Amino acid sequence: MTTRIDRRMAKLKAEGRPALVTYIMGGDPDYDTSLSIMKALPASGSDVIELGMPFSDPMADGPAIQAAGLRALKGGQTLARTLKMASDFRAGDDETPIVLMGYYNPIYIYGVDRFLADAKASGIDGLIVVDLPPEMDEELCIPALKAGVNFIRLATPTTDDKRLPKVLENTSGFVYYVSMTGITGSALADTAKVSAAVTRIKGHTALPVCVGFGVKTAEQARVIGASADGVVVGTAIVNAIANVLGPKGEKTADPAEAVATLVSGLAQGVRAARLAAAE
Amino acid sequence: MNKPAMPNSFRTGPDEQGMFGIFGGRFVAETLMPLILDLEEQWNKAKNDPEFKAELQNLSTHYAGRPSKLYFAEGLTKHLGGAKVYFKREDLNHTGSHKINNCLGQILLAKRMGKKRIIAETGAGQHGVASATVAARFGYPCVVYMGATDVARQSPNVFRMKLLGAEVRPVTAGHGTLKDAMNEALRDWVTNVEDTYYLIGTAAGPHPYPELVRDFQSVIGSEARAQMLEQEGRLPDVIIAAVGGGSNAIGLFHPFLDDKDVRIIGIEAGGRGLDGVEHCASMNAGKPGVLHGNRTYLLQNADGQILDGHSISAGLDYPGVGPEHSWLRDSGRVQYEPILDDEALEAFQLTTRVEGIIPALESAHAIAHAMKIVPKMDKDQLVIVNLSGRGDKDVHTVANMLGMEI
Repeated sequence: MTTRIDRRMAKLKAEGRPALVTYIMGGDPDYDTSLSIMKALPASGSDVIELGMPFSDPMADGPAIQAAGLRALKGGQTLARTLKMASDFRAGDDETPIVLMGYYNPIYIYGVDRFLADAKASGIDGLIVVDLPPEMDEELCIPALKAGVNFIRLATPTTDDKRLPKVLENTSGFVYYVSMTGITGSALADTAKVSAAVTRIKGHTALPVCVGFGVKTAEQARVIGASADGVVVGTAIVNAIANVLGPKGEKTADPAEAVATLVSGLAQGVRAARLAAAE
Repeated sequence: MNKPAMPNSFRTGPDEQGMFGIFGGRFVAETLMPLILDLEEQWNKAKNDPEFKAELQNLSTHYAGRPSKLYFAEGLTKHLGGAKVYFKREDLNHTGSHKINNCLGQILLAKRMGKKRIIAETGAGQHGVASATVAARFGYPCVVYMGATDVARQSPNVFRMKLLGAEVRPVTAGHGTLKDAMNEALRDWVTNVEDTYYLIGTAAGPHPYPELVRDFQSVIGSEARAQMLEQEGRLPDVIIAAVGGGSNAIGLFHPFLDDKDVRIIGIEAGGRGLDGVEHCASMNAGKPGVLHGNRTYLLQNADGQILDGHSISAGLDYPGVGPEHSWLRDSGRVQYEPILDDEALEAFQLTTRVEGIIPALESAHAIAHAMKIVPKMDKDQLVIVNLSGRGDKDVHTVANMLGMEI
């Protein structure tokens, strides 16, 4: 069984460049704007889309993504509407992989079986659920794998070699390496340490390894992309949206355009990664 | 709801996965998982180590002032005209509440694990004060996360924490209450994994916290059980405790769980009534969900977003509850009832006048329920109410509610 994620990663590997994985919060600041931002991502150079499912209590996220989630919830976003967003996007793009990212409770309340059926029908390829470590695999990971949806696990600096096999056991699609101990949007860790960690993880798995948490600029994307199979950017994109919103949430410029400009720059960084590495 | 078959004992949980039936578990980010596994391993070693037990026993006796008294509340008993009411006097502990029991246990664990820094969350400030106290006593830097709303309504405790050398960080996210403080503490912990010990104040969070906090608090029930046997020659008919996260309650209840003739009642914050959203009665008006590392009853909307709730009492102002309580609710062993803000306020004033004891607003919820049931009970029946803390911290809130200025 291959998913859009597997196919996209294989294609990029053949091209010899890392993937640019872009995160947006579903429904931020409202459904229609968020959908237009999402639709503009592939043309700007995004290879994989992480679609955030807003949650009231995002314990692993920094202030930027917390605020984005609150904006989305205030705009009426629900898990059902996030799934609809994916489905609306799919109507015009059947290639770009979509990974839902968020916390377990909204999924648990929606109902795991119903969620997986609806996610599959909406064209979702993978899931990242922050508060489901391998110890809780029976909850969602195993059912997701049975349903043909990738379950992408986070590996962190605290995941040592002894624990890594357990973390990788039911992981599919790619491995998301969290570059540091901390919340989203913090400063990027020492890139040499990140490269060493990517190499360490690759010693345990044939899956692509994408790196996130702290990557904000094209230059950082280039450096991280030299060793990683993918670079994840979230907070910088969410901030690009926040920056064109006024104090009452009114738009002072087109958020889709602001995001597209940022992502195009990041895409250039990612595309330069291996060229630079080869120099 | 799920009605599991009656187990042979209610005191064997959690299982190896940290579950009490479907409740509990370890729903945390991967960054924290190795830390939680390490904590579990260290805890399992410590609890069977005679040296650890002796040190905790020594501190409990000479520093916290245990055992706390089981006091026959004669004034209240006469006033209510029914069963005999006893107070388990956790308000007399050093720092003024049951929270010190858990903090002493966990600071010894932190020391044993070689940690260098303590973080804690607090609602009413009782746990923050107890954490700051043990951090001062053992020479640790301490950061306490406290919701901005709670900082405002519990200012005496905020000042106490500062005097004790702790840094109090107000949290403005959400409604600025305990839930938001806990999110922020978890964000700190996920960032400072190497040297930081997270001193959780209630019997909730990821395994092993619900178990270890319960075990440290069970001294309440163990003492109360022995004291009642000594003073009255038999077990009580009813025991009552207030439930926010539920640590004072599980501490009182746990040693009595297999005494099938003892009726056990947990009191949730009914706030302004269960019809709206201004309450914190997760087990009476919520449904099971996942938050802060465990599955438990939660106040939430149809989309699984957590609600903020409301209680006059900052210590009960939490949209969840410890997972063992959720399990005890579903198994039917413990009955959970709501008490409204106004009822708690009345109990607060009555206890102050007829007993000369100012109870914490949290404890006043438990007393308020006793006021409802005790008059209907026989005079030879026995009730224990857990007086989990003293109410000095609440005088500003109460004055406000009564329309007085201090």
